[in-house]
Amino acid sequence: MSSIPLDPLVVDGLTPRVSQIRTSGSSQQRHGHGAAVSIRKLQKSYGERTVLRDLSLEVARGSFVALVGRSGCGKTTLLRVAAGLEQYEQGTVTVESANRQQADVRLMFQEARLLPWKSVIDNVRIGMPKSALSAARAALRDVGLEDRAADWPAALSGGQRQRVALARALMHQPKLLLLDEPLGALDALTRMEMHTLIERVWKENGFTALLVTHDVQEALVLADRVLVIDNGGIAFDQVVDLARPRIRGSQPLAELESRVLAHVLGSVARDQVTVCC
Amino acid sequence: MVRSQQFRAVVRRAVPWLVPILIFAAWEYAARTGLLSARVLPEPWAVLKAAWHLLQTGELQSNLKISAGRAFAGLVVGGGLGLLLGLLTGLSRRAEVALDTTVQMLRNVPPLAMIPLVILWFGIDEGAKLFLVALGVFFPLYLNTFHGIRSVDRGLIEMARSYGLSGASLYRHVILPGALPSILVGLRYSLGLMWVLLIVAETISSSSGIGYMTMNAREFLQTDVVLVGILMYALLGKLADVATKRLERLCLRWHPSYQ
Repeated sequence: MSSIPLDPLVVDGLTPRVSQIRTSGSSQQRHGHGAAVSIRKLQKSYGERTVLRDLSLEVARGSFVALVGRSGCGKTTLLRVAAGLEQYEQGTVTVESANRQQADVRLMFQEARLLPWKSVIDNVRIGMPKSALSAARAALRDVGLEDRAADWPAALSGGQRQRVALARALMHQPKLLLLDEPLGALDALTRMEMHTLIERVWKENGFTALLVTHDVQEALVLADRVLVIDNGGIAFDQVVDLARPRIRGSQPLAELESRVLAHVLGSVARDQVTVCC
Repeated sequence: MVRSQQFRAVVRRAVPWLVPILIFAAWEYAARTGLLSARVLPEPWAVLKAAWHLLQTGELQSNLKISAGRAFAGLVVGGGLGLLLGLLTGLSRRAEVALDTTVQMLRNVPPLAMIPLVILWFGIDEGAKLFLVALGVFFPLYLNTFHGIRSVDRGLIEMARSYGLSGASLYRHVILPGALPSILVGLRYSLGLMWVLLIVAETISSSSGIGYMTMNAREFLQTDVVLVGILMYALLGKLADVATKRLERLCLRWHPSYQ
């Protein structure tokens, strides 16, 4: 593979081209419109430390893939590379929409990252032309926060802020939505609500979703495919072929959970052995 | 129940004024009984009368106007430059490397130490006063603008970039609003310094303004007029403070501490 320091296509994908932005606010896009992600022999390090080594990954259009692993395993770095926020030393990363063009990518961060000096509705339509007001309203309605449009972000709860961040991402009609532990700081009940919401907008909008989480159950409830990342590579690949909406605590889900967990924890045990000897 | 609540509200409003009223009463008493010589401190009533007299002759208003004009001219010139330069060094590493060391060196020179030089440069007319005030208010605004821009949350900038904001719109929607709380702190510091420097500049030499009025009154042992002048400074300082607080409330409506 040729060593390209930074794929220019991916960086381009971060700048929304106005022509691509549809301001109708409709969420009628169907499956198959999502982007295909193709990562080949990716290598990324911070100084001396190699975070991702020789990692290859193909994500099908419109699928929901979850990346789980311990902290520091490189899963967030992988997501940031896909978002074009990180440079890398080797490999190729392409995010391609259905018409073989560079796809729009949006990222939901661990924190909501709302601008505190803008009202909720203005946060939702950040980076959009003025005419996008009605689309922003529609996006807020979609996440159930239409009545909070005029409020300041400081007046919202953590879950509501993440819902606003989701609406903001949906405004741009991304072909690929990256979720970097967006629910990590929320309480259990709010998380479950958010799971339902994320699953719904994913189904309605048909984008490809890549979720980073350390909660194995969350990964199994949402994703078609769960990848365990360890030591900068993919340690385990589990297809989740269960009907949606999935029921927490059901037998097949519990079985999958213990299997994936064993791989997440197994990597710990292996590491400890290496440290000991 | 309601009545006792109202009573409590009245008491809460009245308490802050209790101490000043007591001080005034003691002062009046001491002056009347001759404990306090009128030359040291005239009775409050005499100060009020002097103020009324100065108001009637129009002397107080015209001097107030001149002093306030000087103060704000200095604030606009010095503060404006501080803001611009702070924006420049805050936004551009190159400008920071080129300018910041110089500004930090100059900052440590107390503006009042410049008085001899200022008199040599500008003589004793308006230019000298304007320069002193402008010099004093420049640094707080410069430092806080610079610091404010540099401490804008990196995460927000990253988010805005990934949502397609760049260049002017990034500054307008993210960087400047993020730096605004710090800039306003700088403005409040500047306003405090503004009055200090104006008083000094006006008492050195001038033929108008509150400072001139008090120095002139001192020549004629009019302690009551001197006190009127001092009270005017207190009043102007308070007014400036209230104005900035209003401005903060207006600009930082989004901030949780103003809701």
